[in-house]
This record gives sequence, structure tokens and C-alpha cells, in this order.
Amino acid sequence: MINLAEVAYGYGSTTLLSDVNLRLVPGSFHFLTGPSGSGKTTFLKLCYADLTASAGQVSLFGQDTASMTRNEIADARQRMGVVHQDCEFLDHLPLSENIALPLTVAGRAGQAEEDNLDELMGWVGLSARRDALPPELSGGERQRAALARAVITDPEVLLADEPTGNVDWDMSLRLLQLLVELNRMGKTILVATHDLALIRAAKAQVSARVLRIAQGQLQLAGADL
Amino acid sequence: MTLLNRILDLAQGDPQADRVVPKRGHSVRLTLFTSAAMAFLAVFALALSLAAGRLADRWSEALARSSTIRISAPLSEMEAQTWAVLGVLEQTPGVSSARALTDEEQRALLEPWFGPDLPLEDLPIPRLVEVIETAEGYDAEGLRQRLAAEAPGAVLDDHTRWRRPLVRAAGRLRALGWVSLALILASTAAMITLAAQSALASNVRVIRVLRLVGARDVYIARAFVRRFTMRALTGAAIGAAAGMIAIAFLPRAADEGAFLTGLGFAGWHWLWPLAVPPLAAFTAFWATRAAAFRTLRTLP
Repeated sequence: MINLAEVAYGYGSTTLLSDVNLRLVPGSFHFLTGPSGSGKTTFLKLCYADLTASAGQVSLFGQDTASMTRNEIADARQRMGVVHQDCEFLDHLPLSENIALPLTVAGRAGQAEEDNLDELMGWVGLSARRDALPPELSGGERQRAALARAVITDPEVLLADEPTGNVDWDMSLRLLQLLVELNRMGKTILVATHDLALIRAAKAQVSARVLRIAQGQLQLAGADL
Repeated sequence: MTLLNRILDLAQGDPQADRVVPKRGHSVRLTLFTSAAMAFLAVFALALSLAAGRLADRWSEALARSSTIRISAPLSEMEAQTWAVLGVLEQTPGVSSARALTDEEQRALLEPWFGPDLPLEDLPIPRLVEVIETAEGYDAEGLRQRLAAEAPGAVLDDHTRWRRPLVRAAGRLRALGWVSLALILASTAAMITLAAQSALASNVRVIRVLRLVGARDVYIARAFVRRFTMRALTGAAIGAAAGMIAIAFLPRAADEGAFLTGLGFAGWHWLWPLAVPPLAAFTAFWATRAAAFRTLRTLP
């Protein structure tokens, strides 16, 4: 599904990631942790072809991202859900349309999708904010909306960068429950977070591997988690 | 997908896709105004070109079928030479009819310069003979030689030296009209390209979000292309309508009026300006499409 082999990434003389190997198999659940600035976001961007590796090979659904055309990257992203750390939205569209945006660009706007949207907005606690514009949302609401947007297309793989960074603990657990449910449905999940409590809560429910980025290397986290 | 399918697809549109790009910015007004102004000018260029074409045809036909013989002789010989000329013309193949202008007609010709009370009989004014040719025409050189023998004071003017530069000038004017139209189209394309590039540049964030959720470049481009095409069509329709109204209200004069009063459309030529809005939309479609894909290629 997503495969990184001997991957390195850097700019100028700075090497941010080196010798990274990872194979995300279908149905797996991974957490990615590490200190701020360690390269978690960069790692995720490599995984959804927003960045190109300086060395090594990143494969997305069996295709080398370095040789993928823009259309192929777009098609691959339609099979993925991504929660970005900065939670960017289209500020002129109401929240419901923003969450449905991946369906819109994929030409999949029907009654079933509309029902799914209502259910999903209820799940993330944003039903009452349907018509709100993104600039009117709080940080937590934006994060919940970003997660809802990422899963609206029922993606094969979900990449999330700090999806619970701005929400309270109860909402974190609620969002985690959504991720767990998706994983039980066979979806592949990779979550970058520094929230160890969230990781522990997840490990109590699913079999999740925890990876740590330190000094530019990707390692399996120890038993301290 | 064929061009027709693309156009139908574009006309039908995708309301949802249209909404992903915010409707704001000066490019809206700029495109509308530019298209309207250019369509207005295009209608005038068309009118000029078509009027010049009509003029060229009229001059070409009218002058080609008629010629003049000028008889300069002493008053005592004028009558005899006139009859001699008419006699020669009567026997010349290719001459349909010939007649000497009356004193009144000659006076009318000179009236604009000398006033109405010209004593024609006291002045050594040449006698003019109007010759109308058949469709086949006559042998001008042969006629000149026969006139030289029968009426030494007669000089044939077959209008060639007048006609050629006039017809050439009208032809050039017509060509200039078409060149102006082409320039107007090119300017429209250039201005719409600039407006589209400006719109794309001010929506970089929107484009980034769309790409991150899996939008193909063709989807993003279509949102801009349709918008600019419809704006160009609307603006050009307004401009073309205004141009047609302005042309319709131009003062009219009789056929002998000056060229300027003949500027306009005649008969089915009124259909020509109706082609301006679709042409502007077509230009906008390709200009925006090219600008969109060029810009999208440069964005990370």
C-alpha cells in the first residue's frame, strides 16, 4: 500500500530523514511519534507525495511517487484520507461543503454521500456548525472537520498529522474511536502524534505499532509506551 | 473527448465545481469590461470591413462598366466631332450605349465649383460622351485609334486609372478591417490570459487544498476556464449589442453620400456581429485553459 525503502529527505546540507524503511500493509495501525521538529510531518508528506524523497523510493499503491504524474498522484490521493497539521480549508465554502470536498472533486456527490456526510458531522460533533465558514471555527472544530473530510470518501488508508492536537481529552477519545472503527473495517491508519496517552488508549483497543523518529532515523518505539 | 463534447460539457457546467473557486477579485470586472469593449470595437471593425468590401465591389462594378470620351475642339467643330464620336461608338463592338451629356448635365457637373449661373455656351468647355459597355467590354486601344482618326479632339478615359487605385484602396481598407478584428481577438486573448493568471495567483491556497484532497489539474482548470468563458461571453454579448445599436443609429445618406455614411451592415450582414460573442467565448476558453495549465504546472 505505502512502502518506503532506504528513503532519505533533506534540503541544502541538512538531512532530516535518512535510511527510512517502512511497509504499511492493508489493515495495519501505526503511530508515529517523536519530538517536535523531528520530521513527523515531513514523513507523512513523503507518504502522500507532497514531497519527493532525496534518495530511496516511496511507493504509493505500487507506484514510485518520483515517477508518478500529477494525475496519478491525484488519483492516489482520492484513495487516501489525509489530516493535515495546518487544517487548511476553502474559506468561502460552508463547513459541510468543505468536508464533502473530496467527494466533490471525485465526482461522487449523491444522496448516499449526503447521508454519510450528515452522520459523519454528527460523529465529530459539528452538526450544528454545518453552515459555518472555516474562519468562524475554533482550532478544535477545525481539527474535527479535517478528520471528517479525510474519512468522508471511505479511504483505503488514513494519514493523520496530530489529529487531536487542539481538542479536549473526551473529544480525543471520540476521534480515536473513529480511527479504531475505521481500522476494524480494514482501513490502514498512520497517525503522527506526540500524545502518548492517546497511543496507550489506542493500544488498549487495537494492535498498533508505534514508530519513533529520532535523529532522522525511524525506529520501533520501546516498551516505555 | 471531442471539441463538441467539451463545449457541451462546459456549457452544462458543474455547479459544485464552480463553487470551489471564490467569486471575488477585480478579474471579474476586468474580464467583463474587456470583453464588452473589445466586442464593441470588433463590431465596428466588422462594419468597416464589410462596408469597404461593398464599396470596393460597387466601384469596381460601376466604374468598370462605364467610360467617358472628352471632346476638346473649337466651338465650330464641336458638333461635328461629337457626331463623329457617336458614330464610331455605334459601330464599336462591346459598346452597349453612348450618349453626349446635355448642357444642363454638364452645368450640373460644374455647378459645385463655378456656381449655378455658369454661361456654358461662352466657355470652351469640352463635350462629354458617356459610354456604357456590354459585359464583354470593348477594345480600348482599338477605339482610341479609331477616335484619333475620326475625331482628333476626342480622348477616351476608360476610368482604369481612377478605378484601380480606388478599388485597391477599398480592398486595403477591407483587409485592415480584418486585421483589426484579428488584433482585437489577440488583445482579448492576452487580457483574459492576464486576468486568468492573476486569478490563479490569488487562489494558490485554494489550489493547494484542492490538490491535497485529490483534485486533478483538469478539474481545477475547468473551474477557472468555465468562469472566464462565461464572463467573456456575457461581456461580449453586451458589447456586441451596444455596437449593433450604435451602428443602427449612424446617420444614413443616399448612395452618392460619402463613405462614412455608408458605414454599417446591409441585409444578412447584420448576422455577422452575432458571431462576435461566441468568438470571444471561444478565445477566452482557449486563453484561460492555456494559462491555467501553464500556471498549474509551475505550482508545487
